[in-house]
Amino acid sequence: MTDQAFVTIKNAAKSYGSLEVLKDINLTVSRGQIVAIIGPSGSGKSTLLRAINELDPLSSGEVWLEDVQVNKKLPHRQYEAHVNHVRQNIGMVFQHFNLFPHLTVRGNITLAPRMLKGLSEAEADRLAEEQLAKVGLSEKIDEYPSRLSGGQKQRVAIARALAMKPKVMLFDEATSALDPELVEEVNLVMKQLAEEHMTMIIVTHEMDFAASVCDRVLFMDQGVVVEEGPPSVIFQNPAHERTRNFLRKHLSR
Amino acid sequence: MGLDFSVLPDYFGILLMGAGWTVAITVCAGILSFFGGIVFAVIALYGHWTLRLPVRGFAFLFMGTPLLLQLFLIYFGLIQIGIDLPAFVAGVIGLGLHFAVYNSELIQASILAVDKGQYEGARTLGLSRGQTLRRIVIPQAVRAVIPPMGNNMIALLKDSALVSVIGVMELTLAAQQAISRTYRPFEFYLAAAVCYYIVNLALEAGLRRLERRIAASR
Ligand SMILES: Nc1ncnc2c1ncn2[C@@H]1O[C@H](COP(=O)(O)OP(=O)(O)OP(=O)(O)O)[C@@H](O)[C@H]1O
Ligand SMILES: [Mg+2]
Repeated sequence: MTDQAFVTIKNAAKSYGSLEVLKDINLTVSRGQIVAIIGPSGSGKSTLLRAINELDPLSSGEVWLEDVQVNKKLPHRQYEAHVNHVRQNIGMVFQHFNLFPHLTVRGNITLAPRMLKGLSEAEADRLAEEQLAKVGLSEKIDEYPSRLSGGQKQRVAIARALAMKPKVMLFDEATSALDPELVEEVNLVMKQLAEEHMTMIIVTHEMDFAASVCDRVLFMDQGVVVEEGPPSVIFQNPAHERTRNFLRKHLSR
Repeated sequence: MGLDFSVLPDYFGILLMGAGWTVAITVCAGILSFFGGIVFAVIALYGHWTLRLPVRGFAFLFMGTPLLLQLFLIYFGLIQIGIDLPAFVAGVIGLGLHFAVYNSELIQASILAVDKGQYEGARTLGLSRGQTLRRIVIPQAVRAVIPPMGNNMIALLKDSALVSVIGVMELTLAAQQAISRTYRPFEFYLAAAVCYYIVNLALEAGLRRLERRIAASR
């Protein structure tokens, strides 16, 4: 079970006009695995992550979640229905949280389960309480996002994604927009998910976090995966000059 | 002939009834202009061209011609093609659609200003385009546009006087009736002005309360 391919990316390529942002990327993530993607700004990390749930569709290549091709070519209407369906299985957490400001914390968490999974109000409420307890924010259930700190917002965003019971979670620099003292509370939630064997793909600039939590690290530069391996190898003994240069800048901080 | 306000109390009932109709027509037309504004905005931004073009033509007509003419057209003109509307209904439709066009302009700009991250957050959870628009984008766009839309509502209240020309017994027409019996235009127009002012104050207070209530959810 553990070695079974869960998320598979085959020959992924993406261009914006003449700019090649992703070049022939292959990646296999097995169930319960935690993969970090690191690399300099503009290397294509976000683009790759956002290709996994079709927010930024690939120009060519395939994305699979288990035995379902996420980026299946379909007529427009069927494609929309298909994508809306597979996205329910792929949680995503953004740098800027993207909470819905007009809804309370409860509303943020229950909206999608109620609309898409037909949960009753009582069921959805229970779900919201459960997920909030998990991120340690039970007492904020009736607050609006504008009343929360950045760290609290991000924990609510994680709870909102988890409420859909996703098979995999994608994190795009979940802590980059936070004040330094608020980073740890979000990292703790992510560590807890790791202990529960949630499959995760994490784009991050925090090398210590990647080293302590992830099973594998991918180093990307200019649209290619330069090298990948366990954190012990990538951080202590990288094979490529480009990786060493990047790490020199980022580990010395 | 000096001023004599002692005649006012005898016509207090008529003025009050007129004010009641003014409030009724403002509320009904206001509601129509609110929902109509949302519908027009969504069509203008996302509608198929078979809907978008007529709506644009319609908006052009309503913005480019006098409201007075529009009221005449709806009340007297439509009879010719067999649509005989009561004056109140014609007034509500005319005022409501006229201001719906202005509200639509505000809401369109506000929809376009909703952060891209909101769409991404919603679509990532699995919501469709339509669901995202209905549940995420429009509620936020409308909240953002409450203050300027409130100004439109105040303009609507003042322009509601125009429906007197198609015979709706609202405040201005009520004052005119009193004047035609007493020949005291100054006193009654002044009284009507005071009534408008009071309704206006109430409307503004209501809007401010609404703004305070939604402040946290923005
Ligand atoms: N919508 C777009 N149109 C054109 N170019 C884009 C677009 N989105 C991204 N790019 C370009 O694609 C490249 C990769 O961007 P991407 O956001 O994936 O980088 P990143 O590795 O996530 O960088 P960062 O660490 O700064 O977030 C960049 O050169 C960027 O300018
Ligand atoms: Mg990025």
